[in-house]
Amino acid sequence: MTSARPDRDAVTDHIEWQNATILCIVERTRTIRSFFLQLSRPFGFTAGQHVDLRLTAEDGYAAMRSYSIASSPTSSGIIELAIERLPDGEVSTFFHDVARVGDEIELRGPLGGHFLWPAHTTQPILMIGAGSGLVPLMSMIRQRSSSSRPVPTALLLSSRTWSEVLFRDELLAAERDGSGLSVALALTRDETTRSGDFARHVDGAMIADVLRRLPAVPSHVFLCGSNAFVNVATDGALDAGLSSATIKTERYGG
Amino acid sequence: MVTRGFIGRQPASKDAHRLPPGQHVVNSFPVLSAGPVPRLATTDWQFVLKLGPRVLKAWDWAAFNRLPQTTITTDIHCVTAWSKFDTSWEGVTVDDILADAGLAAPTEFALAHSYDGYSTNVPTADLINSKAMVALKYNGQPLSPDHGGPARLLVPHLYFWKSAKWVSGLQFTDRDHAGFWELRGYHMYGDPWREQRYTND
Ligand SMILES: Cc1cc2nc3c(=O)[nH]c(=O)nc-3n(C[C@H](O)[C@H](O)[C@H](O)COP(=O)(O)OP(=O)(O)OC[C@H]3O[C@@H](n4cnc5c(N)ncnc54)[C@H](O)[C@@H]3O)c2cc1C
Repeated sequence: MTSARPDRDAVTDHIEWQNATILCIVERTRTIRSFFLQLSRPFGFTAGQHVDLRLTAEDGYAAMRSYSIASSPTSSGIIELAIERLPDGEVSTFFHDVARVGDEIELRGPLGGHFLWPAHTTQPILMIGAGSGLVPLMSMIRQRSSSSRPVPTALLLSSRTWSEVLFRDELLAAERDGSGLSVALALTRDETTRSGDFARHVDGAMIADVLRRLPAVPSHVFLCGSNAFVNVATDGALDAGLSSATIKTERYGG
Repeated sequence: MVTRGFIGRQPASKDAHRLPPGQHVVNSFPVLSAGPVPRLATTDWQFVLKLGPRVLKAWDWAAFNRLPQTTITTDIHCVTAWSKFDTSWEGVTVDDILADAGLAAPTEFALAHSYDGYSTNVPTADLINSKAMVALKYNGQPLSPDHGGPARLLVPHLYFWKSAKWVSGLQFTDRDHAGFWELRGYHMYGDPWREQRYTND
């Protein structure tokens, strides 16, 4: 039992709903599209945070879902969301099948005070994601790239196939820029072309292998994806010797 | 604001009144938590009742299972906007826990603590009078680790993060201390019917 938690009053202001305009839609993979939204009231955020979107029908029925922010914090007032189309999904199919440039979407944020990029750490970081679970990790990787002294970081990313690797070209370019980012792909239904990638589901041995690519034991471990994936990845991370106190998870439900 | 072209999967009208604002019904049972699922055996489990730092009473797994078991069927509402109707739980009401300790609720506020180090605050009035239990079973089966097993708090009339998974005890406090999520932007009380999701909602 821990009761030695800082006991301060929560000071965050009320986070208001606002309208955002879809500026641009980009096809990322067969099932994932990016939506660039112009905020009417721009906000700062920390990589890893999400927004809540609210869609309202003519008769007042409303549906709300959370989406992580993919872009890095900038002052532009534009955020990028990357939404995966789930068959029969209420909100994600709206975005893929109905939404178009110029539409207004109600949202509020930034939300989430736990799965956050540690801007001041000097220790290595490990990230493990699957599919659209890359989104908050991508924001972190983008924020990291813009820092003056990027910490060594390893990303283990599970995708079905090479062509379904979200943000693949950007990730591989970031790996090549020499700043100490290492990217390992785990392709579950494809062959690998790069040495250091894997053609199987994430497991403990794979995580141990990726850990050896970091100069020291990571002080922060971020895991994101479906609940089933996050459970497998956490088991693997614990088996690889990481301490549960360093592991933060973001589960997309399911 | 009406969203152009959005129709949505509307709830059957007979159920609409059971759905708090901004929520949608799911048939699955999504899982959300901030870290790893603790690896916890019932032989290592205990439940501790405290007043501030002082232990009032502790139960091991066997003793806790000998307390009166109550079954309830209830709707639950997660802050990430899903609601699940008619979930069935079995466990020990907070009233029965207090009765076994020979106590009346000692203060107005409480913190539920969990084996993974998290905590959440709930006013005592929301825990007593059959409003809350420490659940040991879901749908007649032992609670799975994913859903908070061996035992989780169940406070179904508040957003579900208040129903602390892997609960290790209740600590009565003299004022309303923010728990883990409440320190990280979530509402101190969390009433779904008033849509108290985030701080100052
Ligand atoms: C903090 C957080 C961040 C997230 N970030 C992202 C992100 O960056 N990108 C992303 O793509 N997702 C993200 N998600 C997931 C996202 O919030 C949605 O859950 C997801 O988009 C599915 O919503 P939906 O309305 O399309 O599907 P839903 O309608 O919620 O359905 C989900 C699935 O269940 C099935 N289903 C459920 N109920 C029914 C029913 N009654 N009838 C028929 N079928 C049903 C659907 O077929 C579908 O496959 C995030 C979630 C969280 C909690």
